[in-house]
Amino acid sequence: MKRTLLSLALGTAVSLAGITAASAGTLDDVKSKGFIQCGVSQGLIGFSNPDDKNNWTGLDVDFCRAVAGAVFGDGQKVKFTPLSAKERFTALQSGEIDILSRNTTWTMGRDTSLGLVFAGVTYYDGQGFLVKKSLGVDSALKLDGASVCTQTGTTTELNLADYFRANNMKYEVVAFEKADEVIAAYDSGRCDVFTTDQSGLYAERLKLKNPDENVVLPEIISKEPLGPVVRQGDDAWFNVVKWTYFALLNAEEAGVTTANVDDMVANSTDPGIRRLLGVEGDFGKAIGLENNWAANAVKAVGNYGEMFDRNVGPETNLKISRGVNALWSKGGIQYAPPVR
Amino acid sequence: MALLRSAQQGEGSSMSVTTGVDGPPKVAFFNDPKVRSIGVQAILIAVIIFFGWQMVQNTLANLERANIASGWGFLDTTAGFDLSFTLIPYSESSTYGRAITVGVLNTILVAFCGIITATIIGFIVGVMRLSKNWLVAKVAEIYIEIARNVPLLVQMFIWYKVVLAALPSPRAAWSIGDTIFLSNRGITIPKFIWGDGAWMIGVAVVAAIAGIVMLKKWAHKRQEATGEQFPVFLTSLAILFGLPLLTYFALGAPVEFEFAEQGNFNLRGGVGLVPEFAALYFALSVYTASFIAEIVRSGILAVNKGQTEASYALGLRPNPALRLVVIPQAMRVIIPPLASQYLNLTKNSSLAVAIGFPELVAAGGTVMNQSGQAVEIITIWMAVYLTISLLTSAFMNWFNARMKLVER
Repeated sequence: MKRTLLSLALGTAVSLAGITAASAGTLDDVKSKGFIQCGVSQGLIGFSNPDDKNNWTGLDVDFCRAVAGAVFGDGQKVKFTPLSAKERFTALQSGEIDILSRNTTWTMGRDTSLGLVFAGVTYYDGQGFLVKKSLGVDSALKLDGASVCTQTGTTTELNLADYFRANNMKYEVVAFEKADEVIAAYDSGRCDVFTTDQSGLYAERLKLKNPDENVVLPEIISKEPLGPVVRQGDDAWFNVVKWTYFALLNAEEAGVTTANVDDMVANSTDPGIRRLLGVEGDFGKAIGLENNWAANAVKAVGNYGEMFDRNVGPETNLKISRGVNALWSKGGIQYAPPVR
Repeated sequence: MALLRSAQQGEGSSMSVTTGVDGPPKVAFFNDPKVRSIGVQAILIAVIIFFGWQMVQNTLANLERANIASGWGFLDTTAGFDLSFTLIPYSESSTYGRAITVGVLNTILVAFCGIITATIIGFIVGVMRLSKNWLVAKVAEIYIEIARNVPLLVQMFIWYKVVLAALPSPRAAWSIGDTIFLSNRGITIPKFIWGDGAWMIGVAVVAAIAGIVMLKKWAHKRQEATGEQFPVFLTSLAILFGLPLLTYFALGAPVEFEFAEQGNFNLRGGVGLVPEFAALYFALSVYTASFIAEIVRSGILAVNKGQTEASYALGLRPNPALRLVVIPQAMRVIIPPLASQYLNLTKNSSLAVAIGFPELVAAGGTVMNQSGQAVEIITIWMAVYLTISLLTSAFMNWFNARMKLVER
């Protein structure tokens, strides 16, 4: 009896110690297990959405595929974990996922006190409001006294409170844990207003019974820079994720696409492109990858512009224009440091 | 004590160990049952404490290593989000601690209301199930089988959808004389504004209850002495409502009402009860009542049939026989499992997170996500549910002890 207890105690103590030791370096872990565990949303059209065969598509999903391309040379080596807004940070902190790519707003609190760090901004967004046309409201400032549906555990619910308080308006909040429950409640008339990031409003509007009877109000009440998140204090992995994002932007700027990337590797004479694609220099080795990491990332999902157009751009159901998400050279604020 | 036992053992001639002339028997230290039992228990406690301490240390070390802030200071910081249903004043500028308090109170409210309703429905249905009337018994049976076999979460969704789908929008709210409004935003009733001397009405309610208790004692005594019965129930109702109403008018109607009126989107003014609460409350009551009904049935069936026959023989009609003879004895069997159902109901209220009612888990979850203090919030969840459950079972144990069969 005593011996069993003792061995049980020792065994548990050892296994606890084992857990702490396992999360030494995410890059090494990822390489040895052969795939990336990517935390995504539970279904947001254009960002991360599964089809009936569990194939995930979207901007956030493609970003994980790009990282997989950079690490393994194969964009399919990703497994997706759907997470609610409430679960996402705990999942990353506990090591359940390697990267959180789930329309998550970069804020100072999240960046500094959660043991996490944001690796970039894959989509510059802002919070907006969706209302029924029949209400005859044309401005968010006329929403005094309205019931508002939103998702718990988001910056959205905080901005909402700030906005109504700042404008001295009353409101009633109805907060749900899952995005689908929020939109269902709005659709059934439980609330007058649905609020989330504007890209999300366009995406969720498609799920309504009569999308055309609803209108997005013009006001944008907050800054919502959405981007991938990794654990703090794991610089090797942080570098990989951060530079994959920069590589996608640099590829767009240099005109490298899925169609011409092989040709560029073989024939390009532009030194900037040669460095980016690993023909010259040892930049891939410096972040623990092969030198053709960026070329592989582009092969997996295309450059940032291709990713944007395919998932949320004007040709898709969402019909979102590049706007502030255009490259800096084209009037937007997407800007990447050079590979040098 | 040990000495005494050794002395007794020493007297026994069948002891195999050699005994001294006047000393204790020489048992090997490890074989002494006393030492062994204390030793094993001490080791067990030491191991448990060691584990607990290790877990706390490990968690703290891991949090620190991962740069995750910890501690209880966050409870004093501003929450910044709103909650849809609060019993105490709460706004965006209140603290996280207050948001959690709101959640605790909402949990207690829904658990308390649910327990009362579930008990009433459960007792009625349980008795119906045993009725000699075929239709009544079948209706009860069908209700029980449906309510206890459909998962609670599904029932909650059904209630919520039904409530929302059946009710009109606030612009077309149903109203009773423009005082009580019903819409898919909930029920709105006039708000009471207490004027001068309104506290007297509260005093009247207390006095009425005291009066009812005394009346009941007096009626019981009189019946014991003379056999005459007194209509206690009806008289009690009259006292309970009559006395406060009389006081109200005697004081010159000191309570004013703030009526709700149509606003741009919602009704303005008045006091509202949100549909999320209604859905949660109905689902919990209906679901738990089906289990309670079965417990009641088993309790009644556990009472010897001879008891019913004996009461009939004494001339009691079926209703008083059930009420005065069978159910008091059935309570002994009913109360312990009933207590478990109450605990279940309380904990099941946490499913409200799915329909957006801000009880403890929903409110705490929001705090957890906004502050990032997962370990602390989960500790609070555990502590609160443990406390509520222990208090409920303490009460039920006391009740059980009171209802025990008193043998004369």
